[in-house]
Amino acid sequence: MDRKRAVAVTVLLAALAGCSSVEPWVKPYERQNFADPIMAGDRDPVAVAYLNHVFEAREGARGALGSHGGGCGCN
Amino acid sequence: MRSFALTFLFALGLATPVRAAVLPDDRADVLYHRYAGGGVTIDGPSLLVRKKFAEKYSVSANYYVDMVSSASIDVVTTASPYKETRNQASIGADVLNGRTQYTVAFSNSDENDYTASTAGIDVSQDLFGDLTNLSFGYSRGWDEVRKRGDAEFSEPVDRSSYRIALTQILTPALMVGFNWELVSDEGYLNNPYRSVRYLDPDSASGYAYQPEVYPRTRTSNALAVNARYFLPYRAAVHGNYRYFTDTWGVDANTVKLGYTHPWGEQWTFELTYRWYGQSSADFYSDLFPRRDAQNFMGRDKELSTFSSQMVGLGATYALPSFGVPFLRRSTVNLFYDRFRFDYDDFRDVTAGGTPGEEPLYGFDADVLRLFISGWF
Repeated sequence: MDRKRAVAVTVLLAALAGCSSVEPWVKPYERQNFADPIMAGDRDPVAVAYLNHVFEAREGARGALGSHGGGCGCN
Repeated sequence: MRSFALTFLFALGLATPVRAAVLPDDRADVLYHRYAGGGVTIDGPSLLVRKKFAEKYSVSANYYVDMVSSASIDVVTTASPYKETRNQASIGADVLNGRTQYTVAFSNSDENDYTASTAGIDVSQDLFGDLTNLSFGYSRGWDEVRKRGDAEFSEPVDRSSYRIALTQILTPALMVGFNWELVSDEGYLNNPYRSVRYLDPDSASGYAYQPEVYPRTRTSNALAVNARYFLPYRAAVHGNYRYFTDTWGVDANTVKLGYTHPWGEQWTFELTYRWYGQSSADFYSDLFPRRDAQNFMGRDKELSTFSSQMVGLGATYALPSFGVPFLRRSTVNLFYDRFRFDYDDFRDVTAGGTPGEEPLYGFDADVLRLFISGWF
């Protein structure tokens, strides 16, 4: 491994290590809003999936409708 | 047949939404859905059950039915009205390991002229003090296209989806998310029943039809950004924008705004507005100048230039416990959505007139979702 690559890897590792210790600026006790069902985009998955099905059926576009992802870290 | 290509994405949508560090709640849903518009009526049930084990594992199963009765403008101009049923079964499993959640899902859909199978995996990870959630996933689909009245006709379609999602808590009231999804198809991508229209001076109407011909590959990219904000008086507003582009030349924009308002202990109301607009595919034309005018030709109105608007209303009522010991809570829900579609280059040939100068097509559609949910 050449010197530049070693430096780059070291910097990357340091950055990742730094990330893992990021101080959460929204404290766990400040996250009760996200635990409220009205803040969940997928509150009723069977109903959301159906409407997305309608969109996919009637439109040329597809994907990234938000059925995936989510998560709020609000446990 | 209309729904054939959608099974893949629908199956993906039914996979357990990835939500790291917390498995989905145990619940059961019984839904009746109905779509009516443009001469098409589709209705049926959807049943979903989810169950956790040992707070580390979760399984889900969904059974979904589309009962289609179609006399759409495509059908009445070039074919005969038809009825058919599509059945879809999906299963999924989640494993939670620390702040990482793994989800696998499998789905199979069957109708008389189309079979689709899909398998997918998603991984989700909470990061940075659980303020950030990053997930990525991959799905693969294997379809078989058939044709009524032609027992020899059988064509494959392979589908792949790659997706990444990022959710970020920015303030105690604001959450934003980004979704990117690439979908790639290869195989027989057109509809074996659909035709394109071309000018034909020998025809009394001035035009004639020939089968459509699509490219055998399609790759699309969709990028969405969304935000959800908790209002001080316990209500929520949310917005979503999505940009879409594909190798067929379709570019689309979607904007969605919503408001959720609880009322007392029992009621939750929702109001949604959505606007969608797209450009046509490169090989789309309402009226080709002659037979075999191009190597690829399509007249699917979903590939034309058009826009649609949707206004949705929803109400959820929390039911009393009824004294059922294992039932933690239950709700009854009614959602109604009204659509308006306006096509810029798809003409209503049933109106008659000079070819290429018929009035532009448009229609309204009503979508109903009535469901009961129970958490146990």
